[in-house]
Amino acid sequence: MAKVFERPKALADVVTHYCPGCTHGIIHRLVAEAIDELGIVDRTVGVAPVGCAVLAYDYFECDMQEAAHGRAPAVCTGIKRVRPDLIVFSYQGDGDLASIGTAEIVHAAARGENITVIFVNNGIYGMTGGQMAPTTLVGHKTTTSPYGRDAKVQGHPVRISEMLATLEGPAYIERVSVHTPQLVNRAKQAIKRAFANQVEGKGFSLVEVLSTCPTNWGMTPVEALQRVANEMVPYYPLGVFKDIDAEGEDK
Amino acid sequence: MTFEMILAGFGGQGVMLMGQLLAYAGMTEGKHVSWLPSYGPEMRGGTANCTVVVSDRPVGSPLITRPGIVVAMNLPSMDKFEDSIKPGGLLVYNSSLITRSPKRTDIEVVAVPANEIANELGNDRIANMVALGALLGKKPMVEMQSILTALRHALPPHRHHLLPLNEQALDRGRKLVG
Amino acid sequence: MGERILMKGNEAIGEAAIRAGCRHFFGYPITPQNELPEYMARRLPEIGGAMVQAESEIAAINMVYGAAGAGVRVMTSSSSPGISLKQEGLSYIAGAELPCVVVNMVRGGPGLGGIQPAQGDYWQATRGGGHGDYRLIVLAPATIQEMVDTVQDAFDLADKYRNPVMILGDGMLGQMMEPVEFREQTVSSLAEKEWATTGLRNHPGRRNVINSLYLQPDKLEEHNQHLQRKYAEIAANEVRYEEVDVEDADLVVAAYGTTARIVRSAMEEARREGLRVGLIRPITLWPFPVEPFARAAERAHAFLSVEMSAGQMVEDVRLAVNGKKPVYFYGRTGGMVPTPEGVLAKFREILEGKHNG
Repeated sequence: MAKVFERPKALADVVTHYCPGCTHGIIHRLVAEAIDELGIVDRTVGVAPVGCAVLAYDYFECDMQEAAHGRAPAVCTGIKRVRPDLIVFSYQGDGDLASIGTAEIVHAAARGENITVIFVNNGIYGMTGGQMAPTTLVGHKTTTSPYGRDAKVQGHPVRISEMLATLEGPAYIERVSVHTPQLVNRAKQAIKRAFANQVEGKGFSLVEVLSTCPTNWGMTPVEALQRVANEMVPYYPLGVFKDIDAEGEDK
Repeated sequence: MTFEMILAGFGGQGVMLMGQLLAYAGMTEGKHVSWLPSYGPEMRGGTANCTVVVSDRPVGSPLITRPGIVVAMNLPSMDKFEDSIKPGGLLVYNSSLITRSPKRTDIEVVAVPANEIANELGNDRIANMVALGALLGKKPMVEMQSILTALRHALPPHRHHLLPLNEQALDRGRKLVG
Repeated sequence: MGERILMKGNEAIGEAAIRAGCRHFFGYPITPQNELPEYMARRLPEIGGAMVQAESEIAAINMVYGAAGAGVRVMTSSSSPGISLKQEGLSYIAGAELPCVVVNMVRGGPGLGGIQPAQGDYWQATRGGGHGDYRLIVLAPATIQEMVDTVQDAFDLADKYRNPVMILGDGMLGQMMEPVEFREQTVSSLAEKEWATTGLRNHPGRRNVINSLYLQPDKLEEHNQHLQRKYAEIAANEVRYEEVDVEDADLVVAAYGTTARIVRSAMEEARREGLRVGLIRPITLWPFPVEPFARAAERAHAFLSVEMSAGQMVEDVRLAVNGKKPVYFYGRTGGMVPTPEGVLAKFREILEGKHNG
């Protein structure tokens, strides 16, 4: 009898440290599946962030580098420029990419570095215990916005995909979510596309994945998924924001 | 012998090149040389200067605060460096642009109407070569041939047609003192 | 003997790096080192390499991290304020044990400071500079020729010990021109970089991970002990210095880089006056040449550290002299450069003080 479901080969057979109900596990799996399906694991180097995914270097069965907080796009640039034959990806959270690492992501995108960026946006600092992120929605309570994020005090959440899509450099930018099985499938296609682009030399590709944090949101996993649908998606609309392959076609 | 000198003027007068030619010429003759430029915002429109050492011994400090020789191509440069010259030293100044006379009496002074001579030769931009010629006439620290070799090296090939003109300017400067 | 070329210090470093096998450079503009990234931007594409102008010094040093982790010879350069920004990256590079060469053409500080030559980054360079217990190997050349020779040495040391190496110059060394000769390099036998992230196909069956994170304290201590053993080995084997007229000196001067040349000029005059002054010129600032100072302390009467700082290396000199003889200090800051006359006056003051005492 044929096996119809198994662990992707690019995903290590270990117990991860992620909290129950967190969607990092799904996103890791999608990345590993994309690597497997493109047959690139033996020439892929991943770059782990600082944040919940800090230990990602233990979870992917390829060469890995651990970057300083926010610097993964610069580290990726270094690797890719000196070994263009490698497939280089970063896996970053919202504090890492959208706060401390904004300069690095904006300029890697502007340079059109031929790398793949997986940007996991759950609107909170999970690893450090639930502080406000640059992507925390207005009104949401965190340990550093205990009265709820007030735009007058803490400013507005950042829409990274829209912002980067204004640049000439990127080849492909899409925001996806993983709060329903259908959306997981869509996210899979986007992530695979982002890696395939690099293999084909098309340039900078970023997939923003809306994610949950049941622990720090103070919710059950199901409630957390509903919050993504009801609160995050309206502010962070899903879709393709930049696609050089589609440009010139009727939109 | 060790020649320690400061060459100064405003940006565009070619004082940096003058210094590089001396250093390069010295190097081709197997001497020890150093060339140290002033750098930073003062280069933008203000005065520029470089310090050059040409010696038969290894160069110690490349920074010279008491030079034996100063070449001043404009008044601010003479104002700035006249007092620093060692007693018995040499001041070469561009009398085309500097109207006052040097105050020092304990040094040797050479007035060179560098821009006037350059204009006579048909190119105002070779005033630096006239001054360099005068300097070398007074202090033959390197051979004129080595300066010409250095010029050939410094000028891009499409400017090599200017070499004879530069040679004339050097010669006029040297004859002025010789 | 090869051809002698008149070159600016910054450009000479670039050419020397290329000849040492460096094909990738990541930098950000800052005075007075701009001619180095400019040289690399011009030359590297001609030979199949690349200079990437990063968005910041922070990004540049992290690009170096990635490139070094991928196993190539890589360089970045900056000047004092920019080097401060690189400290985070340097700590990670030291922690992950990656080889790279970092050039600091020091300018006056603190803060934005100035752009003229200084040596006020000695502490930052020799004490690690960033967080955690680590060391950079710090090389301080005094001439453009020595700078050229140092670059090859720097890459070899970096690879041999898997450690970042800093070349500590100053604005003057970067900007000045002197004749240089690029000597034929003897190829050093260095181990293959088996640890580099070059993809599994280049090292089947072994996943390579570049990392400085050890969440378990006992593992992190083990890692630190490993680093300290490495640093001890470097300190035992890689000290470089020059001694001038130390044998009969009453006063032994410590000075490095440009300042050592100014001291040499002052020493010549001093000898003419009958003052017996010698020089110990550290070429490795870390590891510091403790032994020659300890040896000289047995017979010299006094020591003097001359620096373009408010007094930083003088602390290492005092540690090395270990209380046996008085250690004096003379320095200028902010881009003011000590003059041979000023240094000579200090020699007289110390030596006459001794005679009077």
